[in-house]
Amino acid sequence: MMARSTAGFDWLSILIYFLLVAIGWVNIYSASLDDAATSLIALDEIYGKQMLWILLSVFLIVILLSLEAKFYERFSSVIYIISLISIVGLFFFGKTINGATSWYAIGGFTIQPAEFAKVATALALSKFISDIQTNIKNLGDQFKAFIIIALPALIILPQPDAGSAMVYAAFFFPLYREGLSGVYLIAAVCGILVFLLTLIFSPIWVSIGAAVVILLFYFFRKKKRPGALAYLSILIMAVALSFSVDYIFENIFEQRHRDRFNIVLGQEVDNRGIGYNTNQSEIAIGSGSWFGKGWTEGTQTKGGFVPEQHTDYIFSTVGEEWGFVGSTVVVFLFIFLMLRIIYLAERQKSQFHRVYGYSVAGILFVHFFVNIGMVIGIFPTVGIPLPFFSYGGSSLWGFTILLFIFIKLDAERMSFGRTS
Amino acid sequence: MRKILLYIIIITSGLIFTARLFYLQIMDDSFTGLSENNAIKVIYDYPQRGFIYDRNGELMVSNQPSYDVMVIPQNLKPFDTTEFCGILGITPQQLARSLDKAKIYSPRLPSLVIPQLTKSEYAYLQEKMRKYEGFYIQKRSLRDYYTKHGANVLGYIAEVNQRTVNENPYYISGDLIGKQGIEGFYEELLRGVKGVKYIQKDRFNRNIGPYKEGIYDTLPKKGKDLTITIDAELQKYGELLMENKRGGIVALEPATGEILSLITAPNYDPADLVGRKRSENFTKLWLDSIGNPLYDRGLLAEYPPGSPFKTMNALIGLQEGVVDTRDKFSCQMGYYYGRGRKFGCHAHSSPLSMVNGIAQSCNAYFINVYRRIIEKYPTPQEGMDRWAAHLKSFGLGDYLGSDLSTGRPGKVPSSDYYNKIYNYPTYKWYSTATISNAVGQGEILTTPIQLANMTAAIANRGWFYTPHILKEVEGTPIKDEEFTRKKHTTIDPEHFGPVVEGMHEVYKSGTAAALRVPGIEVAGKTGTAENFVRVGGKRMQLTDHSIFVAFAPVDDPKIAIAVFVENGYWGGRYAGRIAGLMIEKYLKGEVTRKDMENWILEKSLEEEYKKPYSGEPFLINDGKKYSWL
Repeated sequence: MMARSTAGFDWLSILIYFLLVAIGWVNIYSASLDDAATSLIALDEIYGKQMLWILLSVFLIVILLSLEAKFYERFSSVIYIISLISIVGLFFFGKTINGATSWYAIGGFTIQPAEFAKVATALALSKFISDIQTNIKNLGDQFKAFIIIALPALIILPQPDAGSAMVYAAFFFPLYREGLSGVYLIAAVCGILVFLLTLIFSPIWVSIGAAVVILLFYFFRKKKRPGALAYLSILIMAVALSFSVDYIFENIFEQRHRDRFNIVLGQEVDNRGIGYNTNQSEIAIGSGSWFGKGWTEGTQTKGGFVPEQHTDYIFSTVGEEWGFVGSTVVVFLFIFLMLRIIYLAERQKSQFHRVYGYSVAGILFVHFFVNIGMVIGIFPTVGIPLPFFSYGGSSLWGFTILLFIFIKLDAERMSFGRTS
Repeated sequence: MRKILLYIIIITSGLIFTARLFYLQIMDDSFTGLSENNAIKVIYDYPQRGFIYDRNGELMVSNQPSYDVMVIPQNLKPFDTTEFCGILGITPQQLARSLDKAKIYSPRLPSLVIPQLTKSEYAYLQEKMRKYEGFYIQKRSLRDYYTKHGANVLGYIAEVNQRTVNENPYYISGDLIGKQGIEGFYEELLRGVKGVKYIQKDRFNRNIGPYKEGIYDTLPKKGKDLTITIDAELQKYGELLMENKRGGIVALEPATGEILSLITAPNYDPADLVGRKRSENFTKLWLDSIGNPLYDRGLLAEYPPGSPFKTMNALIGLQEGVVDTRDKFSCQMGYYYGRGRKFGCHAHSSPLSMVNGIAQSCNAYFINVYRRIIEKYPTPQEGMDRWAAHLKSFGLGDYLGSDLSTGRPGKVPSSDYYNKIYNYPTYKWYSTATISNAVGQGEILTTPIQLANMTAAIANRGWFYTPHILKEVEGTPIKDEEFTRKKHTTIDPEHFGPVVEGMHEVYKSGTAAALRVPGIEVAGKTGTAENFVRVGGKRMQLTDHSIFVAFAPVDDPKIAIAVFVENGYWGGRYAGRIAGLMIEKYLKGEVTRKDMENWILEKSLEEEYKKPYSGEPFLINDGKKYSWL
C-alpha cells in the first residue's frame, strides 16, 4: 500500500516545496533576529514559532497523503460549507489584528480561516466543473461557478481583507482552461487598462482614446456581425467605466487607497508616509547588489526599516541579504513549481484533478505576483503573504494543504481514469 | 491557447521580476548609499595631534581641551535666556539666530551654538547646565602654544574647506586641518589617523551595536610628535629685534641645512588664531594689506639681493678662469662704459684686487669681472647661460624645495629673457646692457631664504643641504633624501678661499668694520637695494632696503644668516647690526653689546613706511641719494 502510493508522488514538487519552506525560514530567522539568538525553536521568538509550524506541517503532509484521493472529491462540498461558516463566524467571534477581523484566537495562537477557504473553494469549484452535467460554456453554469468563487470572496472583503479576497480572481485560470469564453479575459484586460489609464490621464482623454480605438476596430472589421450597436455599447461601457473609476477613485477611495496606486504609477511619492514601506523595501533590495550582504548581515533588515518584513515583506530580506543571485533563485523556484503543477494538471485523466491543479497554480501565481510585485515596487501595496515563505502558521498550512492535496490527487491519477 | 495561457503569464511575470530585480540591484547604484545612510552611523575618534618641539627639546605647541556648546533643537525646553546669554556673553539675538540655524539644519541632530568656551566660562556653565535642557557641552582638542613667536613657522589649524573635502576622502566637513608652516606641510604626520566606528542603527535611529561586529572599525593612530630645526630662543630674539620694522631673517646651520630661525615682520601671536577670537583676528590679519602679517617675507619676498650677490660673480669669475685673485681694477667713483655712461660707486682706494673689492663692495671691480664672464664666450647669450647655470647650482632662480608650505622662485635672468626684451635677433644686445647683474640689482631677485642658503653654500665652500624645518619625527632623525643629500655647486672648493677672505675682510676693514662681534670671527657682506612702489598708480622710489648676509665662525661655520629690512637704508645700518646680534645670541647665548641691541630695539621704521601713503612729497635715504654701498 505504502509502496504503491509513495511511488506515484511527484518528488520534484515536494523537493521544491521543502526548499522554499527552508529558504523562507532562514530569511524569517534573519528578519526577526534579536541580538541574542537562543535556540532555533524558541517559542517566544518568531523564527521559533515558524519552525514549529514547519514541523507540524510535516505531520499534516503525512495525514494529507495518507487520505484517499477520493475523500477530497467526495467531501468537497462539506469542506466548502464548513469553510464558509468559519469565515462568517469571524463577524461574531473574530479577533482584530492590524485592523482586520480575520483571526480566531485559540489559546496563545491565532488562526486565519481565509487561508483555508481558498483550498475549500478550489475543491468545490473542481467538483462543480467536473460534474457530468456542468457545461462551463453555459451561461447558467458560469453563473453558478461565479457564485461558488464569489461567496467566500464577498464574505472576506468587508472584514476588511481586500488582499485575500483578490486572490479569488485566480479561479479565472481553471475556468478558462475548461472552456470559459476568452471574451471575459479580453473584457478584464480592457477593464484594467481603462482603469489604469484613467488614473494616469483624465477620463475625458481616456474616453476619446477608447472611441478612436473602437472606431478603428469597427472600420477594419472582417465580419459583418456584430453590428455597430455592439461596438457602440462597448464604447459606452468603457466611457462609463472610466468616469466611474474616476469618481470612485476621487470620491469613494480613501487617501491611503489612492496613494497605493499613485506610488506604483509614479505619480507622487511621499517616502516618509504611505510610500515608506515600498521605498524602504526597494532600498533593502537595491542595496543587495549581486550577492547580497550575507545572511543576518542586512542593515535594512537588522535595523527593522522595512515594516512587516517577516510576513508580507519577507522577499526584501532575500533581496538584501542574498542579492540578485539569491532573489532570482527564489523567483525561479516559484516559477518552476507553478509550471510543474500546470504540467502535472495537464496529465490528469480526471477533470476534477485538472481543475484543482489549475486552481492551485492560479492561487500560487496570484500570491506570488501580487506579493513580490508589491515588494519590488511594481504593484500597489496589497497585504497578502508569499506562499511557503511568509511567517504565519495559517498561511503555511493553507498552502501546504492546497499543494499536497494536489500531489495526492496526482499520485492516484491512474486509478480515477473512469471519471474522465 | 487555453493550455498555454497560464504558462505564458507565469513565465512573463518571472521575466518582469528578474528585470526589475536586475534594475534595482545591479543597475541602480543609489540604493546602497541610501541603505548605508539609513542604517549605518559613522563615528570618528579623533586622535591627539602631535606636539611640536624646538631643536633643543623645548615644547612649542601642545593641545588644550576646548568646550563647545551644542544643541539638539527638539530636546529644548523653555529656559532663562537672559541668564544663559549672560554667562556666554552673547546677545539674545545672536542666540536666537544660532538656534534658528540649528533647527533648519536638523531638529534631531546636534548643532554648534557657541564654539570654544574659555575655561572660566566652561566652569561656570557646567554648574548650570542641568537648567538648559537640549544643550550640552562637547569637548574638543585645540592647539596650545608655549611661545608667542614663530607663528609663520608653526602655521595654524582651521576647519577644512569644501574643496579639500572633495579632493581628499580622508576629511569630512567639520574636520580640522593644518594650514601653512609645519601644521600645513606635516599635516599627515601631526594629525595621525582618525579612528572610525560603524554603528548600526535601527529605524528609530537607536544604536543596535557595531556593524558587522566591527570588522570595518579602525582604531585612531596618534599624531606624531615633531622636533623642528628652529631654535625657539633665537626665533624669539629675532622677532624682538624686528619689531616695528618690516622684513625677514633666515638663519641656517650650514653643516645640515637646518633652519635655525625664520622670521618675518610684522608677525602675530600664534594663539591669536585659536579659540573664539580666531575668525575676528584672522580677518584683521588678512585685511592688513600694507603690513601684510600673513605674508612670510623670509620665504616669499623677492628683493634684488644687492651687493651680497657680488660674491657670486667673484666665484663664477674664478671658476670660469677669467679673473685672478691678484687682478686689480681701478675705479674712479664709478665704472665708465659706452659713450660716456657711468655706473657710480662710492669713495674708496683704487685699484682693488678681489679681497678688497669684496670688502669695499666696489661696483667697478665686479662690473669688470662680470663683463669678462659674459664676454668669455662667442656670444653674450652663451655667456649669460653659463653664468645663470652657476647661479642655479646655488639654489637661486628656482624654488628651493624646502619643507615649508610656501616659497617663491626668485629670478635669475637667462639669455632668452634678454632676447625677448631686446627683440633678438632683430636687435642685438651685449654684456653692457646687463651690467646691473654684476652688483645684484636689475633683473635678479632672491628671497631671504635663498640668500641665506647661498651664504651657507659659501660657508661650506661649495655645497649645501636643502634648507628644511623638520629635524626629528618621534625622536628619529629625518631620512628624506631631499634634505640629507649634499648638493654641490658648480664652483670648485679652492675658489671659495678668496671670497671667504673678502667677506671676512668686510668685518676687518670693509663696509661692516664697525659691526665686529667681540670674540667671534664673522664673514659677511652688506647690501643695499633700491626699490620702488606703486601707490595710487604713481611709481615712487622709497628708501633703500637694508640687506646683510653673514656666517660665523669663519673657519667652522655654525650659522649662516640673511637679513632683509625693508627701507632700512644701507646694509650696515639695520640688517648688519641685526645679523651680528643674532650670530652672537646664537653662538654665545647672550649679547654683550647692549647699546647696539637697545638701538635696534628702540628704532622704529613705521614713519618710513607711512611716507608713500602720506600723499605728500617725501625724502628718502635720509635726504641723500646713494643707491648702494
